[in-house]
Amino acid sequence: MALLDVTHLSIHFGGVKAVQDVSFSIDAGIVYSVIGPNGAGKTTLFNLITGVYKPTHGEIRLDGESIGGRSPDELARRGVARTFQNLQICMNMSAIENVMVGAHLRLDRNLIKAALRFPGLRRRDAALRDEALELMRFVGLDKFADARADAMPYGALKRLEIARALAMKPRVIFLDEPAAGLNPKETIEVDHLVRKVADSGITVVLVEHDMKMVMNLSDRILVLDYGKKLAEGTGAEVRRNPDVIAAYLGAHA
Amino acid sequence: MRNRAYNGLYIVIAILLVLPFVLPNSFYLDLVIRMAINAVIVLGLNLLIGFAGQISLGHAGFLGIGAYASAVLPTHFGWHPVLAMVAGAVATGVLAALVARPIFKLKGNYLAMATLGLGIILSIALRNEAQWTGGPDGMPVPAFGVFGFELSSDKHWYWVVAVLLSVSVWASLNLIDSPFGRALRALHGSEVASRVVGVDVVRYKVSIFVLSAVFASLMGSITAHYVGFVTPNLADFFHSIELVTMVVIGGMASVYGSLVGAVLLTALPQALATFEGWETVVFGAILMICMIFLPKGLVPTLAAKLGKGE
Amino acid sequence: MLAQFLQFLFSGVTVGATYALAALGFTLIYNASNVINFAQGEFIMLGGMLAVFFVQSGLPLPAALVLAILVPAIVGILIEKLAIEPVKGAETVTLIIITIGASLVIRGLTAVIFGKGTHSLPAFSGDEPIQILGATLMPQSLWVLGVTAIVVVVLWYFFNRTLTGKAMLATSYNRVAAELVGINTNGVLFMSFAMSAALGALGGILVTPITLTSYDAGIMMGLKGFVAAVLGGLGNGLGAVVGGLLVGILEAMGAGYLSSAYKDAIPFVLILFILFFMPRGLFGARVTDRV
Repeated sequence: MALLDVTHLSIHFGGVKAVQDVSFSIDAGIVYSVIGPNGAGKTTLFNLITGVYKPTHGEIRLDGESIGGRSPDELARRGVARTFQNLQICMNMSAIENVMVGAHLRLDRNLIKAALRFPGLRRRDAALRDEALELMRFVGLDKFADARADAMPYGALKRLEIARALAMKPRVIFLDEPAAGLNPKETIEVDHLVRKVADSGITVVLVEHDMKMVMNLSDRILVLDYGKKLAEGTGAEVRRNPDVIAAYLGAHA
Repeated sequence: MRNRAYNGLYIVIAILLVLPFVLPNSFYLDLVIRMAINAVIVLGLNLLIGFAGQISLGHAGFLGIGAYASAVLPTHFGWHPVLAMVAGAVATGVLAALVARPIFKLKGNYLAMATLGLGIILSIALRNEAQWTGGPDGMPVPAFGVFGFELSSDKHWYWVVAVLLSVSVWASLNLIDSPFGRALRALHGSEVASRVVGVDVVRYKVSIFVLSAVFASLMGSITAHYVGFVTPNLADFFHSIELVTMVVIGGMASVYGSLVGAVLLTALPQALATFEGWETVVFGAILMICMIFLPKGLVPTLAAKLGKGE
Repeated sequence: MLAQFLQFLFSGVTVGATYALAALGFTLIYNASNVINFAQGEFIMLGGMLAVFFVQSGLPLPAALVLAILVPAIVGILIEKLAIEPVKGAETVTLIIITIGASLVIRGLTAVIFGKGTHSLPAFSGDEPIQILGATLMPQSLWVLGVTAIVVVVLWYFFNRTLTGKAMLATSYNRVAAELVGINTNGVLFMSFAMSAALGALGGILVTPITLTSYDAGIMMGLKGFVAAVLGGLGNGLGAVVGGLLVGILEAMGAGYLSSAYKDAIPFVLILFILFFMPRGLFGARVTDRV
């Protein structure tokens, strides 16, 4: 059975049909990419699956359980993590705290215990700090361990989002343009990072404009255009698809 | 490096220990007690405004519930002051929790409107229910005693309030550096990011709102017993604004900023008394000037300046 | 029965028209800058107090009224130039505190200059009440309603038919886009403060012969205007007018039939209900956050 099953998914904003009748499924452990021109509905699709928007029609199943319309925190409990195309870093916190927030659901969140500084809670928090440090090393941010988030460069913040998502110990991670705005060297680093994440056993769903990276990483690719599914298959299949060629040549001509 | 934040707490405790021996007279002791009471309220309010990024323009209403519970219940019903204080805090907590859920689905200016409305309704009720509250003139409050020991002199009150303040500073520092506190700050930094990592944002906003309201109510009770008299002015819109101003001038999301804000704004009216008739004008002008030139508040601005020097 | 109802309705609509003008003032500034101007009520007070002062100092009524609108408009411009423009993009709380500071300065100065007494203004066309089905209507109420109606029409024309008005509307929809097409958005901010101060002052002048005025009369008026603006869906001009009238009518009805002591609480109870059950107000648009 597939990890994620999306059937006839649609969302309308007023008269705008941002996603229309899209169906696909993602097997556990693969890298699955969603591509398409700007405005094709890729981010909207992510917002639907991660609970930020509620679908107008259609169904989303995670491991057979229907999750369409569930709130983001309920999905987080089920192991769904994501990053954002336009950074959503908490600039009022330090870098490592941003990562620690990712572990929110795994911690004792009791207010009273926290205010009275219960030793157990402090110990767990200290352990988490080490774990977060380890994650920052994993994404290549060790030198920012003590930095404030608002003092970090853009490229580092992109990776900080990935570290925060990984702190959730997710089963599936949605990466929304992790290489957007990065220089070629940074892009290659992110490419390697995504590969490492996938190798650790987490299913990766990727939206990305860098075609080299997409073709390099993806097991399967979904192509969206004007909110509709244009094609789906392996990189080679998608590349041969006449509709895709038309859409992309049309878009770039 | 984390523990550096607690250094300030030792300084606060040291100051509180020394103060009663260096203050020249009872006028200053009274002023310091009122500063400390305000500081505790402002600490709670700063958790809501500065750390969680929400607004309340009606906190004086909660203060009023506490103050009047301590005045009305012992006077009219013979309740023990401790019981009255707890009842006030519980009533405040329940009311805050009831209204909070719908309120915190709102954002920014709507939140300001809702809390403002709530505060004004409470203060109008206190003014109107004269048979219980003494109406606009207010009413006396019986003395506060536990186990046959009556808190009567300002010295006694000073130590009670000093302990409360120290504990509040300690608890606030603990809270912001905990999973709960991080979630709170995260929903301020990016609500959508905190939601996708699993933070139930409405629940957190409600919790911190209720907590800060209960703080205000308890300190309202303390104020009532300490002053020995309550008037509806305690619950006024203007007092709510004063409290928010203390948060903002001292520094949002700064524990020590809350203390500085409370100290300065409690002292300000005394300092302005020399301006005979011009107090309101000068007070308003100071608010504007502070916000225009120090929008982050005093403590964070100074900290940033010093930080650059290092 | 009917006479009593009409009586409440008349007084509600009259005060409601003033709230509507205040709410329009809130809306103008909110649309131009996302600022909730807590000094709005002080413009109402200032209009009334200045009119009283100018009339007492011997100016003919029309000249006094024009001055009583012009001076608050200048005060509004000063606030915008000195206190709002320098902190563009600050947090909501900061902006709220600044406008509250401004309101304290205005209120304090008024108390220093004109004293803390209560003042009244003679009605514009006599005190001979008009009898309608057993209820009495003061001629001044007709002034309030008539002028408010004219203002609403003029504003409608301004925003829909003039270039400046359209530029202001465009800025409220999308500031950056407006700047890109060459609209001077600072000028828009400037205009909106001047206009909203003038609207507030006008309301204050019109209603003073009925309600009297004093240095501290602005705050409740302003807050109720805010209620009216939120009731109509913050940012919606028509909503502000309907909201103002509704708040006025419900307040008068509540005071008449339920409890006059709680008259001032009624608008706030109303707004809590609205926010709990219709959080966008009566006419507010649904907004989806983009992420």
